[in-house]
Amino acid sequence: MEQMIPLTIDGVHVEVPAGTTVLEAARIAKVNIPTLCYLKDINETANCRLCVVDCGGRALQAACVLPVAPNMVVKTNTPAVRQARRINLELILSNHERKCLSCVRSQNCELQKLCLDLGVESGERFAGTQNEYEPDTTSASIVRNNNKCILCRRCVGACANVQKVGVIGPVRRGFKTAIESPWEMKLAEMACINCGQCITACPVGALTEADGTKDVWKALSDPTKHVVVQPAPAVRAALGEEFGMPMGTSVTGKMAAALRRLGFDKVFDTDFGADLTIMEEGTELIDRLNNGGVLPMITSCSPGWIKYCEHYYPEFIPNLSSCKSPHEMTGAMVKTYYAEKAGIDPQNIVVVSVMPCTAKKFEARRPELGRNGMADVDAVITTRELARMIKEAGIDFVNLPDEDFDSLMGESTGASVIFGVTGGVMEAALRTAYELITGKTLEDVNFTAVRGMEGIKEATVKVGDLDVNVAVCSSTGKASELLDAIKRGEKQYHFIEVMGCPGGCVNGGGQPIVPASVRNWTNVPAIRAKALYGEDEAKTLRKSHENPEIKQIYEEFLGKPNSHKAHMLLHTTYEQRDIYL
Amino acid sequence: MSNHNEKYEALAQVIRDHREQKGALMPVLQAAQNIFGCVPLDVQEIIADGLGVTLSEVYGVATFYSQFSLQPKGEYVCGVCLGTACYVKGSQKVLDKLCSELGVEVGQTTKDGRFTVQATRCLGACGLAPVMMINDEVFGRLTPEDIPDILAKYRAS
Repeated sequence: MEQMIPLTIDGVHVEVPAGTTVLEAARIAKVNIPTLCYLKDINETANCRLCVVDCGGRALQAACVLPVAPNMVVKTNTPAVRQARRINLELILSNHERKCLSCVRSQNCELQKLCLDLGVESGERFAGTQNEYEPDTTSASIVRNNNKCILCRRCVGACANVQKVGVIGPVRRGFKTAIESPWEMKLAEMACINCGQCITACPVGALTEADGTKDVWKALSDPTKHVVVQPAPAVRAALGEEFGMPMGTSVTGKMAAALRRLGFDKVFDTDFGADLTIMEEGTELIDRLNNGGVLPMITSCSPGWIKYCEHYYPEFIPNLSSCKSPHEMTGAMVKTYYAEKAGIDPQNIVVVSVMPCTAKKFEARRPELGRNGMADVDAVITTRELARMIKEAGIDFVNLPDEDFDSLMGESTGASVIFGVTGGVMEAALRTAYELITGKTLEDVNFTAVRGMEGIKEATVKVGDLDVNVAVCSSTGKASELLDAIKRGEKQYHFIEVMGCPGGCVNGGGQPIVPASVRNWTNVPAIRAKALYGEDEAKTLRKSHENPEIKQIYEEFLGKPNSHKAHMLLHTTYEQRDIYL
Repeated sequence: MSNHNEKYEALAQVIRDHREQKGALMPVLQAAQNIFGCVPLDVQEIIADGLGVTLSEVYGVATFYSQFSLQPKGEYVCGVCLGTACYVKGSQKVLDKLCSELGVEVGQTTKDGRFTVQATRCLGACGLAPVMMINDEVFGRLTPEDIPDILAKYRAS
């Protein structure tokens, strides 16, 4: 049995397992100790000193990393504690660019909220020299503005510890310390995978996505342009949060309605593209299994993962599925199939993707994803950017009626909607591959072994006579663990799903930002995932190959999965990239 | 150790010696600084690859500690003590004078590669405060006015 440690926090007696921190124990005593730099399991460096408490010793202690001790008497709310926190906050604020009115994090800024909660009115007490930096706008996905950085290092933890990328870190020392890439290089010069986990880790506005809304507004107001939009599966599981709806609320119908009201000419669905991906990728997998192709095959939907593979594990490039990601597939179909049917010159079509992802911004610019100098997807905005556009347009999102997507590329199955969560692509692929390989109906479509938020999941699935060994992992850090095990010969699989962000797209770098005060104590991706599994359950059609619009597009346009035409339009190639550019 | 390849081989050996050790970055960087006289980009990349850490980490440590330099140091390294005793005796003014005479900032090396200016921690000669060292030679009880004559001696040599 675990050893229980008795202690007192603000006069409340609690008993907690040994190894618990004072911060965690305080939650049990119903005391919220303020934190700023602390991000559970990601950044536990105790550098902001806002969580200081009085434990009876000479100095105040940082509760976030202080393990409980027997009969400890903790006071979190003495005049000395309150004053120390205020001074630490004022010192942090003194070197923070306080342009709050124009900051995208205003009202969702942890520094702003702490100032309000702790009674800090201004940053004037320690007014003096401020560091000045040129914001780094070189990346297609991420903007870094060190003028707002408070050196909490949460982004560093997300980049180095979670993703095992580590392209930013603290440099220099003392007042000149900054979070930067080494050797004064810009983010675009680094082997950054654009995942945006640094953005969702940032408590302030020092890290944001590269804005795509201006281009979208411009296209919407251009009468010569036919603007087509497609939202990704995971967007519908989180967009509601931006409008005060509870986490895990599915807002598919309202989202479609809002997109129509923003003025998009066609509201298609990336879920359609996900079903199409399954047709192509499932067929590719069967072909590799039957014809001695390179195994394990690894999914290619996540552009963060793809770039990670190109930089850090190029030896696995032959293992990557040649399928484009779902929104790129949809984009390619909009500019060919739809353009033909609607009689519109594809040059006048603007495809806008709404993604839970910042890496999609970089992906859309890949020259190989398009043809005749025309990109498959013209603009990518994140879930957050869509929310900003809806707010700017004065659309009463919460009270919108539910509407449907437009037909031709608006129909989707339950298999596609779970693409937004780790394990979803695997489950969707298994549903279709099973029926294609065995020719029998799959009775239970729920592959629960590949569900859940564990970083690495494994299963053996019986498909006819074949035992298919599969693995599912999320976060590039976990992918690296799995690939290393494969390289050492410890693991053998037929098919692997990798998602670049922990928990999959529901927790993508473009999703609504959840403050640490919530995130530290809540399994955010698990709650958002429930919305997607709920949608899957509610659908009559839950296998991609049953989607009537998918059947139609193969009959009318593509022929068969992996046909020559499908290869030309729906598949792509990858390139090895250096780590040091 | 003048030969170019010998230096890189020495670095590779140091990395091999420390590879399995926790906290290997510091001793390897120190060795690299001794071997090359500085830790430039290509050396940092070799260290990062060799120890399985990121370049960010290597560069972060190399810029945190003043004993590491990114560019080669000059023929004469001038370290002005900014420890407490020297500082209250006016060593900042001595350091400022040194910088203005040489036309560089703290941490930099003159274009001709002869002088590097550094601010150091306590040199242990507080009785002589304010103190400056040029390579192994100590100068005590300095005033900013002493600087031009001292430099002239080294410039002439």
